[in-house]
Amino acid sequence: MNEMYLSVSEVNEIIKNMLDNEPRFSSIMVCGELSNYKVYPSGHHYFTLKDAESSLKCVMFRSNSSRLRFRPESGMSVTAIGRISVYPRDGVYQLYVNHMIPQGEGDLQFAFEQMKEKLEKEGLFDERHKKPLPVYPSRIALVTSSAGAAVHDMIRILGERWPAAEILLVPVRVQGEEAPGEITRAIQYVNQHQLADVIITGRGGGSAEDLWAFNDENVARAIFASHIPVISAVGHEPDVTISDYVSDVRASTPSNAAEIVVPDQHDIRHRVRILSSRLGLSMNNIVSSRRELVLKLSSRKVLQSPYEYLNNRSLEIDRMTERLLNSMNGTIRDKKERFIRNAALLDAMSPLAVISRGYLIAQNKDKVIRSVKDTKTGDSIQLRLSDGRIDCTVDHINNEG
Amino acid sequence: MDKKEYSFEESLEKLESIVSSLEKGDVPLDESIKLFEEGTALIANCNKLLENAEQKVKMLQIDENGDPNEVPFDEGE
Repeated sequence: MNEMYLSVSEVNEIIKNMLDNEPRFSSIMVCGELSNYKVYPSGHHYFTLKDAESSLKCVMFRSNSSRLRFRPESGMSVTAIGRISVYPRDGVYQLYVNHMIPQGEGDLQFAFEQMKEKLEKEGLFDERHKKPLPVYPSRIALVTSSAGAAVHDMIRILGERWPAAEILLVPVRVQGEEAPGEITRAIQYVNQHQLADVIITGRGGGSAEDLWAFNDENVARAIFASHIPVISAVGHEPDVTISDYVSDVRASTPSNAAEIVVPDQHDIRHRVRILSSRLGLSMNNIVSSRRELVLKLSSRKVLQSPYEYLNNRSLEIDRMTERLLNSMNGTIRDKKERFIRNAALLDAMSPLAVISRGYLIAQNKDKVIRSVKDTKTGDSIQLRLSDGRIDCTVDHINNEG
Repeated sequence: MDKKEYSFEESLEKLESIVSSLEKGDVPLDESIKLFEEGTALIANCNKLLENAEQKVKMLQIDENGDPNEVPFDEGE
């Protein structure tokens, strides 16, 4: 037994992965008749595409269905563009429709959608590739027709707003067979020779066929490769071309491009005037705050009458000198008095002084006799006086004092 | 002071930074005076660029030898 045990979810997941990884299904165009068309309150569209033999479930999410330019109904023949995947909850595969066009709207629309999908997938429209425009361009290249209202409108508006910007017209045909090649080469040439710091390419309004050059792949790639920022300005507001997607900035019309690319000199003059008055005002503030500081300092007494200040200081020094001398004198006097007192005390305590007052010192063999016990009858003792010595013999010792 | 010719954008940016540092007021006086003089010169430079701007329109043309030339574009054409 080799059977694998799988849950229902696992089966659907495996099938979903198989279909999602099938490159042929990642972007397909399917022609058929719409049936069972339902629009849900969520904005998602659910329907089936049929031909004579078969049918295919389809879903179109709100983000895509909101961009439909017609109202699809059951019975209509359409071409749907999208990818095949599985809805695991129901176990059904279906076409996830990105875009849908009624059949008979012309091949141009198909080609446009195809080109758009292709370049979008390659990342040519990614936001991270968009270059910022210079704020004050010094040279603007106009890659457009030298005839027609568009170029004149742009030159007039640029002249009114920012005459400082030099304009280089690079004349090209903007419709017909030759147009895409000429536009492509013009953009490349301006880049190679660094002829401008911003490029506007576009043309005035016309039919979808008239604007077709700006859906050309080479034009799109030249715009993408341009290291000079490019503004795309094709036709009127509702017209959208591949150039609009790939350019750094999309302008709705050529006139709009002229307004986007340069500042208005009136705004800038106003700004310079404001900066000028702010400059003057801030300098005034600095000077007047310094002046105030000088006034405040100069009003202090030391600067008002410096001699009085110095005299006072001088008096103070005298007073302090006096105090210093006084305190030193006092110290010396104290020390002297103490010396005299101590000398007198020393004198009073001297043994010689005691003897001179009539006392005498008795000694027994050089030891001072302090008690009757220090001697005995018959000892020879010496009596010391201030002027000599008397040698005696002890006759009798009396213990009573 | 730097005598280099500033572009309009550089002049305006430099002017903005001078004004904001003077407005902070923490620059020494002699430095302030230098900045003020520089700011005044930048304003004159901006005004000069604005006043003297005269639109130039040229057209890229390929001559007989196949070399590109820039020629004046006559709008009346």
